Amino acid sequence: MNLMHGFGVLADPMNIVYMFVGITLGVLIGVLPGLGGANGVAILLPLTFSMSPTSAIIMLSCIYWGALFGGAITSVLFNIPGEPWSVATTFDGHPMAQQGRAGEALTAAFTSSFFGAFLAVILITFLAPVIAGFALRFGPAEFFAVQLLTFCSFVGMGKESPFKVLTAMMLGFALAAVGLDTVTGQLRMTFGTIELLRGFDFLIAVIGLFGIGEILLTMEEGLAFKGKSARINPAVVLHTWKQLPKYWITALRGSIVGCWMGITPGGATPASFMSYGLAKRFSRNGARFGTGEIEGVVAPETAAHAAGTSALLPMLTLGIPGSPTAAVLLGGLLIWGLQPGPLLFVEQKEFVWGLIASMYLGNVVGLIVVLTTVPLFASILRIPFSIIAPIIIVICAVGAYTVHNAFMDIAVMLVFGVLGYVFKKLSYPLAPLVLALVLGDMAESSFRQAMLLSQGDLAIFWSNPLVGSIVTLALAMLFWPVISLAIGRFRGSPAAPVSVK
Amino acid sequence: MSQPNSNEESVVSVRTMEIVTAALFAIVALVVMYDSSRVGAGWASDGPEAGYFPFYVGLIMLVSSGVILVSNLLNKAPKAATFVERGQLKLVVSVLVPTIVFVAVIGFLGIYVAAAIFIAFFMSWLGKYPVVKILPIAILIPLALFVMFEIWFLVPLPKGPVETFFGY
Repeated sequence: MNLMHGFGVLADPMNIVYMFVGITLGVLIGVLPGLGGANGVAILLPLTFSMSPTSAIIMLSCIYWGALFGGAITSVLFNIPGEPWSVATTFDGHPMAQQGRAGEALTAAFTSSFFGAFLAVILITFLAPVIAGFALRFGPAEFFAVQLLTFCSFVGMGKESPFKVLTAMMLGFALAAVGLDTVTGQLRMTFGTIELLRGFDFLIAVIGLFGIGEILLTMEEGLAFKGKSARINPAVVLHTWKQLPKYWITALRGSIVGCWMGITPGGATPASFMSYGLAKRFSRNGARFGTGEIEGVVAPETAAHAAGTSALLPMLTLGIPGSPTAAVLLGGLLIWGLQPGPLLFVEQKEFVWGLIASMYLGNVVGLIVVLTTVPLFASILRIPFSIIAPIIIVICAVGAYTVHNAFMDIAVMLVFGVLGYVFKKLSYPLAPLVLALVLGDMAESSFRQAMLLSQGDLAIFWSNPLVGSIVTLALAMLFWPVISLAIGRFRGSPAAPVSVK
Repeated sequence: MSQPNSNEESVVSVRTMEIVTAALFAIVALVVMYDSSRVGAGWASDGPEAGYFPFYVGLIMLVSSGVILVSNLLNKAPKAATFVERGQLKLVVSVLVPTIVFVAVIGFLGIYVAAAIFIAFFMSWLGKYPVVKILPIAILIPLALFVMFEIWFLVPLPKGPVETFFGY
């Protein structure tokens, strides 16, 4: 009933116009590296000051949906994930583009995003109060447990040597620790350099590792850009849609992981990685993941969008933003004098249900906008490498600079580029490095808070069934290579030894 | 992997690179552990010290890179795989060096002019394009970036004397 009222709010034609404008601006922001959803919403916030709060939040949330959709475009086409949650999309999306299946990869990415977000909106509509209560049970130990699970699943599920996964991951943690320690105020690993005070931003690392690293690798094979045969037309979209229902389990699992991580709030990034890892483990095509499997695009995209969308639930019901963009939206709400929390649903019914209704419609509009612009984006791949390569390098430099307005960051990006090239050739996985860089601070602070609570006693991680089961699952994931070896021996079949190469 | 260049002489083997990389990781790990101990890696009266978490991060990195290092040192395969061939390295360097110069030039000329020169150079040297094709791309791309970042999104990027001349 309330939702119907929300759709009534949307009946205002201007709100539909704002929706289209928001989505288009969002896609543009998502495509431009360095301008993520949170930045985009923050920059465009002043545009909405003259609107009613409902219209304003509709436009801002549509910018958010657009940015979520747009992130997949650069991931698939150039291997440059504009947002951390797009990193997992590059694993199979980019190889698909290299095989001339860019249109298929993009259609799969957009449709999966839509599916994930749609399920999350349904969840928000029906389960808001119940799940908000569950989120209240999350303390530092539970937060750390979720992060531990994400990291451990990399070690156990990765196709690379577990030692290489661990080494790369720890490098990410170490880089995340550089700079000012927010708890004690001490400087860590800055060695007297002012530039290192800021630490290393994941975005600069990601642009270097993936963007520049990819160009160097492509260059090794000469100037032939493998993706130039990419063709896209409505037939490709329809053909992809026909294939997608086959992966309904992956999509559903991704959405559930995403919703859970969005609400708790683990965030879209671990959600996308976890969903990818689970799909790789349980899919019949798991072994082929990373070579251009459409299922490898469906898994992270559904999870990322389900998480991105459901992150708005704790923001609306408890006033706790589940993602950086939700935090900026929260700032917007406060500017309009709306106090998020349980009372918002009572006092500002029109606003809340207008927003929820706009989530339904915004995602439909988003899908239409991005699918109709796919041919435009896919055609970029037909441009010869000697033209597109310098343009990508320039865009990477712009992206790296915009993060902190620091010239030094462009040089750091270049160093990460060379590192990415060497790591890829030696099969050091880049994803755990980036994830550790993104979540390092958060994981460290939840670990330290948990340790403070227990006075250094690790038993806090088994102090209740919730945290205990997550940590136990995480440890099982961590030691999965050893466990599977033991199971193999027990059954008498020669299991593959743990590779260290 | 296709080889466009006939020069297939190996510059360095995978094994050597594995050993060098693992050794570098071990050094980084030692630096992390040293600095963590410096700021305190134990338990103070008010809880974990600043180096508490990074110290163990360094320790895990040291152990895992140590395993990779030792296993590669022990693995004396008679025919080591090639990490990079001379022809490939030449191509990689032909992108890397102009990129380093581009980044250095940004500091003097600003990102827009540096980008125009970089795109023009890249297209002319590696793509062998005629000037009529180079000029529009080398001018329009930085211009589009300028309009988007400076005018639409009000995000300032590094500018040089040319932008100052036009009043930006």
